[in-house]
Amino acid sequence: MTSLTSAGAGDDLKIWLTKRTRWRGAEIVFWLACLLPYALTPDYLQLASQIAISALFALSLDLLLGYAGVLSLGHAAFFGLGAYTAGLLAAHGWGEPLTGLAAAGLVAGVCGFLASLIVVRFRGLALIMITLGLAQMLASAANSVSWLTGGADGLQGVDVKPLFGVFSFDLWGRTAYAYSLAVLFLVFLLVRRITNSPFGLSLRGIRENGVRMAALGAPNQAHLRKTFTIAAGIAGLAGALLTQTTETVSLQTLGFQKSADVLVMLVLGGVGRLYGGLVGAIIYMIARDQFSDMNPEYWFFWIGLMLIGVVVFLPGGILGGLSLLTRSWKRRAP
Amino acid sequence: MLGSIAGVLYDGFAYGMLLFLLSVGLSVTLGMMNFVNLAHGAFAMLGGYVAVTLMNRLDWPFLATLPVAFLAAAAASIVLERVLYRRFYKASDLDQCLLTIGIVFVSIASAAYVFGTEQAVVRTPAWLQGSFVVGEQTFGVYRLFLIVVALALAAGLVGLLEFTRFGAKVRAAVDNQRMARGLGIDVDRVFALTFALGCGLAGLGGALAIELVGLNHTFAFSYLIYVLIVVSVGGLGSIGGSFAAAALLGVSTVAGEYWAPQTGSFLIYFVMVAILMWRPLGLFGKR
Amino acid sequence: MEEAGALNAAFSARGLNKKFGSLVVAHEIAFALPQGARHALIGPNGAGKTTLINLVTGVLTPDSGQVVLGGEDITHFAPAQRVRKGLVRTFQINSLFARLTPLEAVTLAVCERRGVAASWWRRLPDFSEAIAEAGEILSSLQLRSCATRVTSELPYGEQRLLEIALALATKPSMLLLDEPAAGVPKDESAQLFKAIEGLSNDLSILFIEHDMDLVFRFASKIIVMAGGRILVEGAPAEIARNALVREVYLGKARHD
Repeated sequence: MTSLTSAGAGDDLKIWLTKRTRWRGAEIVFWLACLLPYALTPDYLQLASQIAISALFALSLDLLLGYAGVLSLGHAAFFGLGAYTAGLLAAHGWGEPLTGLAAAGLVAGVCGFLASLIVVRFRGLALIMITLGLAQMLASAANSVSWLTGGADGLQGVDVKPLFGVFSFDLWGRTAYAYSLAVLFLVFLLVRRITNSPFGLSLRGIRENGVRMAALGAPNQAHLRKTFTIAAGIAGLAGALLTQTTETVSLQTLGFQKSADVLVMLVLGGVGRLYGGLVGAIIYMIARDQFSDMNPEYWFFWIGLMLIGVVVFLPGGILGGLSLLTRSWKRRAP
Repeated sequence: MLGSIAGVLYDGFAYGMLLFLLSVGLSVTLGMMNFVNLAHGAFAMLGGYVAVTLMNRLDWPFLATLPVAFLAAAAASIVLERVLYRRFYKASDLDQCLLTIGIVFVSIASAAYVFGTEQAVVRTPAWLQGSFVVGEQTFGVYRLFLIVVALALAAGLVGLLEFTRFGAKVRAAVDNQRMARGLGIDVDRVFALTFALGCGLAGLGGALAIELVGLNHTFAFSYLIYVLIVVSVGGLGSIGGSFAAAALLGVSTVAGEYWAPQTGSFLIYFVMVAILMWRPLGLFGKR
Repeated sequence: MEEAGALNAAFSARGLNKKFGSLVVAHEIAFALPQGARHALIGPNGAGKTTLINLVTGVLTPDSGQVVLGGEDITHFAPAQRVRKGLVRTFQINSLFARLTPLEAVTLAVCERRGVAASWWRRLPDFSEAIAEAGEILSSLQLRSCATRVTSELPYGEQRLLEIALALATKPSMLLLDEPAAGVPKDESAQLFKAIEGLSNDLSILFIEHDMDLVFRFASKIIVMAGGRILVEGAPAEIARNALVREVYLGKARHD
């Protein structure tokens, strides 16, 4: 079998792979558009901040579910751990936001690593139920140690100092949104890097066919532990952001509802598409805000219908649908 | 009323029997077709509300509503399976979860719309209420009724599975679907019937649940988690597994509520995670 | 089985036994592969051929027996470990990465082998050597032209070749091909086997195959299995003349 000379052998392939990692025009537009709220909707910056936080949380779940294929129903556990870490620090005198943020990410990441030692050994229904069970155990425990967590009333006395000593977190959310958006963007860059790396490719391999990966000698569990840890850490950052921008922490940050909401956001936007969680978070949170006066039951109706619709008609979520559209347009245009 | 271990065991076992009825259908159909039907609880809720409507609007006696609850849930499941589920047997686990959760949400909202959000109120016959005394311990009569019904049905199911041709086909399909098809068994039909039977039992469970744990529009979701615990701990495709896991869960729940209420549901989840770590396929699961 | 031959073998299995309850799926399986072997494993359905592969690759643990690769006892090694030692298999039913392209799939395999798959900071295109190697493997199996098409959209013959490409990316010393031509149309299967034939002479290959034309054309030695046992081994000409083998195959044909 003759092969091409090694000098030029891989070049066209390399070019093809490089094209996949390039920043697209739409992406740049997206991030620039994120600055619009300051100009267009200055009254809604708190909401924008909440959206950015949810987007960050959804991004962390996308890494786990969309890229590694791990369906975790307890991801809120890490969000809550981050939230409470930042909250407890702030409530006990350490109100500096950036270090609080880092600490929260670290705590959540370490807990994620410890959990991963158990979790990645399982798959299927056992995996789903174990992640759910561990998260519920944490939520239950957090409720019980109300002397520490404030229990059902939430943590009191969370006092967050101004960012860089200058920008205080006000009710208008100007600092909050800039802070959340900056963190979101930086973490996004990190996650984007990961997905474009060989590690990211391995994760996709595990998601597509874990058995074949093992047959290629891949250390699946080591890869998954790493992913789980990183995803947990990012979720923790999101939780800390919520605490610091709202100066409250409640048990809801650990609850099943939170895990379910983020999954719905991710599915709506499109799983495994990097921007899916972001798009889904934007649409979901805006819709929830607009329809906040709706009966909760009716909200469930539309969410349910949306989930059914996505599975039946739009399996890739909104981004999936858009990519199908653009592909069919491209085919028509010469 | 509950003064001792006997009381906790009795109440716990009765609750477990209810969970068994609610879960056994899901365990068998999951084991057979690997189709994750999280909407299983919605069929239970349907059965419950059918019973409520018959009793409150049409003045039917309680016992008469039970078979109707069963049939209504079974019929609904046949329709849903034909119209929707059939197309998703090959879909990914995630897609099946999302689809069926969507159905749960829609059913919760519909129940709220039709029946409101308050607890359903029914009058069970006088002979089912009250309690009897054995030694120094008081036991509720309804719970005894529940236990008897569940045991009878469990025996019936085992008999169906072990001694009938249909049961043999079910066992074959659960064991190895490809082989069963190869042997000429119409697995799709067997599945549809088993699915109907399982959902019917859930509907019956829903009707029976009203007196024990109450019924409102969130039933489909709030009991989903318990059903999942029973199914995962008991093992897919196993009646015996569902029975054991349901009894265990029932007793643990009541024991926890009675002796350690401040720990909430911690104990339940702890036990579940521990069992799954030891036996990922469930206590009696094969796959 | 001559002991001298077994000592020099790149691979040998001795006394492998496996039963499930009372069902014996493997009985005293023993064979050896010298370096550069091109051996075929044949037998009727249910003879235990795939079971043998599962035992050799570690997917199934034998009740007793030994598996030795390059002089090293790997009987208790996990499947992924055996792969890293050079023992690699392909699957009878394609086990591919549906939504990846052949380029990505083979590059992935190469990266795993090179131990760089865990690196998350550098971009994939920066790993030029891995990509070049992937390109060569794809070329060697005539897959270069479809390297950037999604696997699930490839024709079956190409997918089958990709199945082998993935195995090659791990730089095996011993390759087990489980019915490589299964499902491939007659005219393409010869081409597939020519590609296999062209593989390195250092590589020892054992392939399971039902198509006797292919077996007799490409195998230098044939192992015949039935009922979980190895019936006989020998050069193709001997096997063709062997009465027991014909009984096993003709006897089966009578039931079909």
